[in-house]
Amino acid sequence: MRVNVTVNGRPMTADDVWEGESLLYVLRERLGLPGAKNACEQGECGSCTVYLDGAPVCACLVAAGQAEGREVVTVEGLAVGGGPSGETGLHEVQRAFVDAGAVQCGFCTPGLVVQAHALLAGAEGVPPDADIREALAGNLCRCTGYEKILDAVRLAASRRHPHPPP
Amino acid sequence: MDFLRPPTWPDALALKAERPEATPIQGGTDVMVEINLDKGRPAALLDLTPIPELREWSREGGEIRVGAGVTYSRLIAELGTDLPGLAQASRTVGSPQIRNRGTVAGNLGAASPAGDSHPPLLACGAVVEAESVRGTRLIPIREFYTGVKRHALAPDELIRAVRVPVATGPQYFSKIGTRNAMVIAVCSFAVAVDPGERRVGTGIGSAAPTPRHAPQAEDFASGRLDWDGHGPLDPGVARRFGELVAASAAPIDDVRGRAAYRTHALAVMARRALGWAWDDFRGSA
Repeated sequence: MRVNVTVNGRPMTADDVWEGESLLYVLRERLGLPGAKNACEQGECGSCTVYLDGAPVCACLVAAGQAEGREVVTVEGLAVGGGPSGETGLHEVQRAFVDAGAVQCGFCTPGLVVQAHALLAGAEGVPPDADIREALAGNLCRCTGYEKILDAVRLAASRRHPHPPP
Repeated sequence: MDFLRPPTWPDALALKAERPEATPIQGGTDVMVEINLDKGRPAALLDLTPIPELREWSREGGEIRVGAGVTYSRLIAELGTDLPGLAQASRTVGSPQIRNRGTVAGNLGAASPAGDSHPPLLACGAVVEAESVRGTRLIPIREFYTGVKRHALAPDELIRAVRVPVATGPQYFSKIGTRNAMVIAVCSFAVAVDPGERRVGTGIGSAAPTPRHAPQAEDFASGRLDWDGHGPLDPGVARRFGELVAASAAPIDDVRGRAAYRTHALAVMARRALGWAWDDFRGSA
């Protein structure tokens, strides 16, 4: 079947999509967007997190046909300019992951960046640690680099709000 | 496999009548796992996400009619005051990404004994609104679960909504798992105190072939609580309540826990949950 979906602001079409296929497979294998990672295929790891109509979801659990006519934003769409445009184009969350050393093997990073992006989009100031942990509870890091990841989220939040309200 | 995408609810009912073997899909958090891991291959997927009215909830009399497409995230954000037990249970589902997709109706359709929605629905006496081209059928929640991952829906029926009574007193949900996220319940328990009816409702999860309530425990607590004097919960009553809840379960040993542990944990959770609820009731009186 054919699936029409707006990805990172651009209307895209995927053909010959199998009816049981996931949005993740369509993004990675048919639309050339390998940022969202394929790992557990059961919503456990969060590595495939993308925005679907503004809400972060596991792309592996969205049937491709369910994305018909909807808006998807992947990690590739967060950088300014929406592409691999060099470090100056990184979103503040991505920049903070680099600066805080929150990347080890890097596999979980795209999912964590999208989920952290969603947390900060809906939070004022620097969120309490409990909120950060809760927001990232569905993203597994096999390298167990969680402390640096928490640092990165705090860093991104503090740069965005240099003077948080008391 | 076919992918069916009805634009309206009547279209969905017509398709389900025509293709009763089609698997309804809402958030996909169960259905897609089955497909991705090749555990099952539905003949057809019936995508219900395009239907706008399923994403709505409304207050009708003393109950909230929760449309089949209302996600856990929205239930937590919008219905925490009216449906505290269900909102608490929703909060323990998976992760933010899962709660942004998963629905109570999907939990009912999967009918796993471990589903987090079931205990609070049992405790407060919810009703499943099933619909087909033949008409609407209201199924009391205690009659909904018929076996392991089996339910009372006819092959041509779809879940339109769940009707959940607005809480008239304190409600609590408690769940055992290895961490505070992404956990399938080892066992779970919900309690709902209804001061108007002087009744205590219960729901047990992941400790029997189906979710179930604990009628003896409900009768015992309802008869022994100090509804008039608002006195403290007698520790002996709380303990006996826990024992009766545990006695209503029929757990098995499996990968998540042993039957003996589940029985013990249920008694503890029930005793504590009744204590929290009763303290709230006394505090509000």
